[in-house]
Amino acid sequence: MAILETQELTYVYSEGSPFQKTAVDNVNLKIDEGEMVGVMGHTGSGKSTLIQHFNGLLKPTSGKVLLDGEDIWADKKKIRDVRFKVGLVFQYPEYQIFEETVYKDIAYGPRNMGLDEAEIKRRILETAHDLGLKEELLERSPFELSGGQKRRVAIAGVMAMNPRVLILDEPTAGLDPAGRDKILGHIKEYHKRTKNTILIVSHSMEDIAGFADKILVMNKAKLFCYDETEKVFARAEEISQIGLDVPQITRVFMKLKEQGLDFGKDVYTMEYAKKLLLKKLSERGGV
Amino acid sequence: MKNIIEIENLRFSYPADEGETPAEVLKGINLEIKEGEFMAVLGHNGSGKSTLAKHINGILLPTSGTVTVDGISTSDEEKIFDLRRCAGMVFQNPDNQIVSSVVEEDVAFALENLGVPYEEMRKRVDDALKDVNMYDYRHHSPAQLSGGQKQRIAIAGIIAMKPKCIILDEPTAMLDPQGRKEVMAVIKRMNREYGITIVLITHYMDEAAQCSRVVVMDKGSVILDDTPRVVFSHVEQVKAIGLDVPQVTELAWELRKAGYDIPQDIITEDECAEAVKRLFERE
Repeated sequence: MAILETQELTYVYSEGSPFQKTAVDNVNLKIDEGEMVGVMGHTGSGKSTLIQHFNGLLKPTSGKVLLDGEDIWADKKKIRDVRFKVGLVFQYPEYQIFEETVYKDIAYGPRNMGLDEAEIKRRILETAHDLGLKEELLERSPFELSGGQKRRVAIAGVMAMNPRVLILDEPTAGLDPAGRDKILGHIKEYHKRTKNTILIVSHSMEDIAGFADKILVMNKAKLFCYDETEKVFARAEEISQIGLDVPQITRVFMKLKEQGLDFGKDVYTMEYAKKLLLKKLSERGGV
Repeated sequence: MKNIIEIENLRFSYPADEGETPAEVLKGINLEIKEGEFMAVLGHNGSGKSTLAKHINGILLPTSGTVTVDGISTSDEEKIFDLRRCAGMVFQNPDNQIVSSVVEEDVAFALENLGVPYEEMRKRVDDALKDVNMYDYRHHSPAQLSGGQKQRIAIAGIIAMKPKCIILDEPTAMLDPQGRKEVMAVIKRMNREYGITIVLITHYMDEAAQCSRVVVMDKGSVILDDTPRVVFSHVEQVKAIGLDVPQVTELAWELRKAGYDIPQDIITEDECAEAVKRLFERE
């Protein structure tokens, strides 16, 4: 069952002015409930414009966005509900923290939803746990925390609204490898517990390979592809041609193929590369 | 080659609150950086790498020990402007270091402050913009540029001062892959064509692999200091402190662990493909 759907979605910036630009061009897309989706596309590809349609921050110039089968713009008064159902975590969300304690900051969204205090508390404890934030941190000022902790607080604020679709725009930008793995791990935990649909925008195919069931690629305002992770990575060559970064390990296997050593499979994670090579080598008699 | 940067027993603590003992961020760093060197500094968040970078052009001053750049001690208050002209710094966030509403004015900002005559300034700004491939954008507003373009403008502003070294503190962390490539290409060219010494703070292992020397920091100390080839061959040690090695290095290491004869110091895709091919060509 599709939770999010777009029908001929088009968005034009500054229509009628000399700066007119089509940022999203006739996109048709169906995202099934419970999926973990990686969103890729280089700067200016239209991916940010696209995701801002999913929770009604932008209104289509033409076409429709359907949530649970219903046009989100059918009744303008209901757009606020859409924002509770589709949570959007912006890039560098730690800059949006403003409350005096971590608890109050995470509580901001759930409180706006009109939940009672007991439910708010339950949700805060739950999401804080998902994101590895210790309980004693909740009464501290968010501004005393480390950069990585602040980012997790900001993400918790959206997760605590328990949106059916959670969209994160580059949640690992600017983090070191350990911080990056930690955040992605926490998001996976949350996904396992809630089964909510999650979209993560990322420039790193290496990261995406580690979590996504499906990958959505935008290029020049159009939907380049939306398909299962393996099928998308099988098009590594085309993807690198549209300016996206292919994992280093994939490029090595592409080179081997050019030189006549074809393993017949597409390789995009370290783990798989290692397994594949060890297997093929042992078939040849091993060490 | 003579040393352009000399760091001797550098210790640094941020001031502590009343009743607290200051936490030491840099615990006795010794480094000599030669003129024209292209050095990367790796380390996870909190390892002290940015604090180290900020010592090189005197934004921070040592709690003890000395930092000398081109013969100028960073603690010499009277020479702070000479120091900053010699060692320019580029920061992580492109939006935080642009001051003007027109690209060429932004590049000219420091030169105006230094009182460089108009003709000379005009030439230096144009040359610097050409060096970073942003000359065509000289009349644009920086607000309309991509992150990678903004970083190149920031670099142009430094180059216009004709520095001997440039320190870049994670200049590509906020950029997309295309922007990262553009910025790395410019940094490499500045090093190769003008012999400018580069100190590049980064989390990206592929960027470090392109440098001539890699220094790895952990908990305020330098734990590895060698060519990228040698540094990344310490796969376990590098991973233990929360960093990665390039995927090609890791693959070679895994195959080696399984008993296959494959070099330990692989850092490029070609070397890796070559080595794997050789394994399959054996009798």
